[in-house]
Amino acid sequence: MIEARHLSKTFADRKRGTIHAVQDVSFQVEPGQIYGLLGANGAGKTTTLRLLATLLRPSSGTAVIGGHDVGTAPEAVRRQVGFLAASTALYGRLTAREMIAYFGRLHGLAEPEIAQRTTRLAAELEMDDFLDRRCDSLSTGMKQKTSIARTLIHDPAVMIFDEPTLGLDVMAARAVLRFVRDCRARGKTVIYSTHVMSEVEKVCDRVGIIHGGRLLAEGTLAELAARTGQRDMEEIFVQLVTAEVAA
Amino acid sequence: MNGRNVFAVFAKELKDALRDRRTLFSTLIIPTFVIPLLSFGTLGLGSKMVAKARDQKPVVMIVGGDDAPQVAASLAKLGRFEIVPPRAGHEQLIADKVVGAVLLLPADFAAALRLGEVPRATILHYEGELRSGFAADELERFVREFREQQIAATLEAKGLPLRTVRPFELARRNVAPPEKVGGNLLGGFVPYLIIVLCFTGAMYPAIDVTAGEKERGTMETLLCSPAARVEIVLGKFLLVLTGSLTSMALSLGSMGATAMVTGALMHGGAEATVAGAGAGGGSGYVPMIAPLGLLGVLALVLPVAVLFSALEFTIALFARSTKEAQSYLGPLMLVVLMPAIVGMLPGIDLNTTLAFVPLLNLSLACKEMLSGVWHWPYLAIIFFSTCLYAAGALALAVRMFNREDVIFRT
Repeated sequence: MIEARHLSKTFADRKRGTIHAVQDVSFQVEPGQIYGLLGANGAGKTTTLRLLATLLRPSSGTAVIGGHDVGTAPEAVRRQVGFLAASTALYGRLTAREMIAYFGRLHGLAEPEIAQRTTRLAAELEMDDFLDRRCDSLSTGMKQKTSIARTLIHDPAVMIFDEPTLGLDVMAARAVLRFVRDCRARGKTVIYSTHVMSEVEKVCDRVGIIHGGRLLAEGTLAELAARTGQRDMEEIFVQLVTAEVAA
Repeated sequence: MNGRNVFAVFAKELKDALRDRRTLFSTLIIPTFVIPLLSFGTLGLGSKMVAKARDQKPVVMIVGGDDAPQVAASLAKLGRFEIVPPRAGHEQLIADKVVGAVLLLPADFAAALRLGEVPRATILHYEGELRSGFAADELERFVREFREQQIAATLEAKGLPLRTVRPFELARRNVAPPEKVGGNLLGGFVPYLIIVLCFTGAMYPAIDVTAGEKERGTMETLLCSPAARVEIVLGKFLLVLTGSLTSMALSLGSMGATAMVTGALMHGGAEATVAGAGAGGGSGYVPMIAPLGLLGVLALVLPVAVLFSALEFTIALFARSTKEAQSYLGPLMLVVLMPAIVGMLPGIDLNTTLAFVPLLNLSLACKEMLSGVWHWPYLAIIFFSTCLYAAGALALAVRMFNREDVIFRT
């Protein structure tokens, strides 16, 4: 389970002064649920997810993931989290198998267990043909599959996806979305950030709309539609953001 | 701290580095082959040039001394010179390297000698020009011998023994053992070399595992793992240290082996040592380095390598890209070299204050140890103070790795 409690993050910038990247964001995601974090570029999605993945420390507020506080037990949090983002690249000089094994080791898995899980993941993700090829020679789709296997090697209870379909072709993007749904089916707690409205409609159970670092609204698609009187996700988003800007 | 994670990070970085041609080139190929080839190639070429210049008969000219043909005759009799007939513009001839040196005598040289006057013989040469220098040296030796003969003849004519003007003989003999000579000759150069090699060996790995990772987008991937930041830093740092020490060891080993082979070829093998090549010059005397001194140097180098690795890691970590990191570390090399150069200067000796100055202390201590001089209190200060600096640099690296504005500075 993920529980964000009044999360805030500020950055000091010499030119722009203090930047409030995330302001007082609170939400909760249950196991077996996909929570969509929807926002435009620069809305604060990545910062929120980096706070949850303990890559950044909150300026105030906190989050509890699988019973562990991100501020006081970051390593314990990371042990339960699989984080996949467009910015989490692969080591080009390692093979896909070595890449997966490396993260297995960092998660404290024994070598036989790593080998066994790698074989299973390679079969599930159809990676056998390129498992022993260096990552820098893989296609974008192959790289994404390797990244997915990397996030799953320790079988995390929580999956965090930060715009995972960015730069992917239609087929690769569909494969990623299928994988996100599989995670839900396996009872994992999933948080999915995107600025693509259609993806939210396809995979998310609940949606949080973020703008200017603030969570403007959250709920199921039906709840948000009822609140705004709009049926289309894009229209819902535009109406909520426009109202915020006007206010 | 989990040692398994530290090792996992180190093993991965090592595998990664061994597959990177640029790292292999800078850490293995250059120190093993290029540096010794360049060093000994240049040294060999220089020695060859000097030997060639020395073997050639010096081209000399005698100007003046019209009434003293015996001077030219004595010179020709020696067979060591190529004598060219006198002609005008002899200074220009020296500058044009047509003539190595010119012996200028007064026109009435012999007459002046007979009258008991003190005529002046002048040797013209071109300072800094190797062949001219050799020619001038040889010519001067001849003139001295000629003067001795004149003195002997004069004394004999007056029935006086030679000891009238030479009451005793003068000789010079070296009492310094070969390792002391080696230490003095090479003591400044060896630490200079070690400092350069340690620094350059750490540079590329440091850039690759920090700014390189940021640039390739893998830093964030690694930070997602449960490994603590300090474990990641230590794993990466160990790789940088490995690069530094490997580069230095390979280079020194390769240079030592090249020197031994060169020494064996030059001196028949019996006396060949690391210090043998080139250091003995043309004297036939082969200086050596005290083996224990070399061990002492290596013991002192270890904390210096740690210091360099941690500093270069920290600086490269701050950079956004490999290019930016190179622009920081490149000029730093000059800063690092300054203490080593100061240590090579004559007259600067190790004392309590200087024992605390990083790098300069190493440079000075190496000079002493390679000469077989062991100042234990200073050595202890140097070792422990450098360890302290190295620990501080490593702590700084961990601190920087924990700073979000550094790690996400892209």
